[in-house]
Amino acid sequence: MSDLAAPILGAPATKPSKARAKAIYIAKRAAAVLTVVMALVAFWYAAVMPMNIHTAVTNAERAGAVIEPEGAGNRRDLGGVSLLLDNFEQAGATFNQDRPRLPSPHQVIAELWDTTVMKKVTSKRSLVYHGWITLSATLLGFGIGTVAGILLAIGIVHSRAMDMSVMPWAIASQTIPILAIAPMIIVVLNSVGLQGLIPKSMISAYLSFFPVVVGMVAGLRSPEVSQLDLMHTYSASKLQTFWRLRLPASMPFLFTSLKVGIAASLIGAIVGELPTGAVEGLGARLLAGSYYGQTIQIWSALFGAAILAASMVALIGWVQKLTLTRMGMTQ
Amino acid sequence: MSVAETLPRLPIRADLAAMLVLPLLGWLVSDWRLALILAVWLGAWAFNAELAKRSNLGIIVAAIFGITLLVLWEMTVRLYDVSFVILPTPTDIAVKFAASTHILWRDFVQTFVKGALSGYVIGCVAAVIMAVAVDRSPFLQAGLLPVGNFMAALPIIGTAPILVMWFGFGWQSKAAVVVVMVFFPVLVNAVQGLNAADKMQRDLMHTYGASYWQGLFKLRLPAAMPFIFNGLKIASTLALIGAIVAEFFGSPTVGMGFRISVSVGQLQLDMVWAEITVAALAGSAFYGAVAYTEKRVTFWHPSQRG
Repeated sequence: MSDLAAPILGAPATKPSKARAKAIYIAKRAAAVLTVVMALVAFWYAAVMPMNIHTAVTNAERAGAVIEPEGAGNRRDLGGVSLLLDNFEQAGATFNQDRPRLPSPHQVIAELWDTTVMKKVTSKRSLVYHGWITLSATLLGFGIGTVAGILLAIGIVHSRAMDMSVMPWAIASQTIPILAIAPMIIVVLNSVGLQGLIPKSMISAYLSFFPVVVGMVAGLRSPEVSQLDLMHTYSASKLQTFWRLRLPASMPFLFTSLKVGIAASLIGAIVGELPTGAVEGLGARLLAGSYYGQTIQIWSALFGAAILAASMVALIGWVQKLTLTRMGMTQ
Repeated sequence: MSVAETLPRLPIRADLAAMLVLPLLGWLVSDWRLALILAVWLGAWAFNAELAKRSNLGIIVAAIFGITLLVLWEMTVRLYDVSFVILPTPTDIAVKFAASTHILWRDFVQTFVKGALSGYVIGCVAAVIMAVAVDRSPFLQAGLLPVGNFMAALPIIGTAPILVMWFGFGWQSKAAVVVVMVFFPVLVNAVQGLNAADKMQRDLMHTYGASYWQGLFKLRLPAAMPFIFNGLKIASTLALIGAIVAEFFGSPTVGMGFRISVSVGQLQLDMVWAEITVAALAGSAFYGAVAYTEKRVTFWHPSQRG
């Protein structure tokens, strides 16, 4: 209402204050998010000390320091917190261990920096390289799953028989832990001779398929009866109703399910790399790290995956904003 | 000139199109086995399409569709002699299931009851308590929501190797993975839900002279229930996934994830599928139980009426 009224009433004076209010709102929100993130990082650093204290005091003892209960055997059953309190002067040695039980944030960031910026992208040790392997499977699977999901949703909306037959199963299948059988699918496809990109992207496609089907069915059905009646009075064909009314109306639903779908696709691709001892991809980094006790590598792969997921969701959110603004559908 | 005008006007019979398009790939190779399979598919579909015209037969139509898929699966595997190592038939799986119920039951107890369920309860209770704890500070809430949403979209399943390293191979590490997985979806929903009661209702509680805790328990927690149950339903699926996948990183010699990975190695595909059946049944039953509780608790909500 106020957007409409402003140019008519000639009130440009309200505009800067509105922008300012928005800026203040964003700044407040950013400050709040920053506070929570800082609290999490502080908690993380605090947790590093008791988690790594056992190794720290053992190393210190070897170097000749006096440790409260002597001998590593006597300390094995001791809790991390009490050991830390007894030997607090060793706390500094918990932050920079080679193979810590819990690496500290700066170690993970350093490893991320080292494996992304400092390494050539073609190197096997580059996280960008492994990320790309996983990303390509994710995107291929996401594309297949989205197209198939939209097509099935169109079928369901236009055919009562398909709706009644397929829809209950599509919803029920959401409650089944499909991801848990992903490794089996990989192994079976492997024995048929399919390797690498295709099996992983099939799992990604499967995981992104159902959110898109359910979201698109809801979206294509979102036009109200009066709107459909209007199309009817125009004597619009089913095809015209679809292109002019149903498809545009489904866009907000589509983008919401795309965000869910791409996150699920990435998880599918990562889990798909776990069995068969894959050597490439973020999942393979996780697995190799857990085999060789390279905790820093596990955490950096985990954060690599997190950054990938967050940027893909953000990208879809950006496209959503652009599209819906152009369609005039933003709230 | 829009897309619709440039396209020819086709008389679309959607179910006819579906019948033809879905098995279209099969038309490329036409032999009698394919013809038989197609005949069963089209017959069942035609029957279903006829049934669907009547109302109140929803469950039957869905059931016939499911059974049709199973029959087609059985026919395809038998007619084309698909190797047992690739895909066992539904009857193979059913036989194996009936023959090894005691193993399946032990795996179910280890993975579902000990791992998934205990982690689910701990994680959900912790998330709701956390939501109530930050409830008094709008500042913390504003910060927690985006961070929680961010965390909920992450591949948290990746923490499984770390948690297995910390908590050992027993069910405790599986419960820990489940706790981490279910925490954020429930937290985000609970925080949003606690703000669901509108200002008028809060003012009313205020005029009654209700204390903070009375307002919380009598108004805001009940009002938050639709949101919290939304989170609980999402978490119910995640819990089983987390417990099974965590077992791939190390487990005692019992458990659904353990059995799946070992049976794949031994090429006992019927055992794998039997475990998958258990997982599917357990997952659906768990979800159903949460949805039923939701119906009883939030009977007043518009989405539950009618």
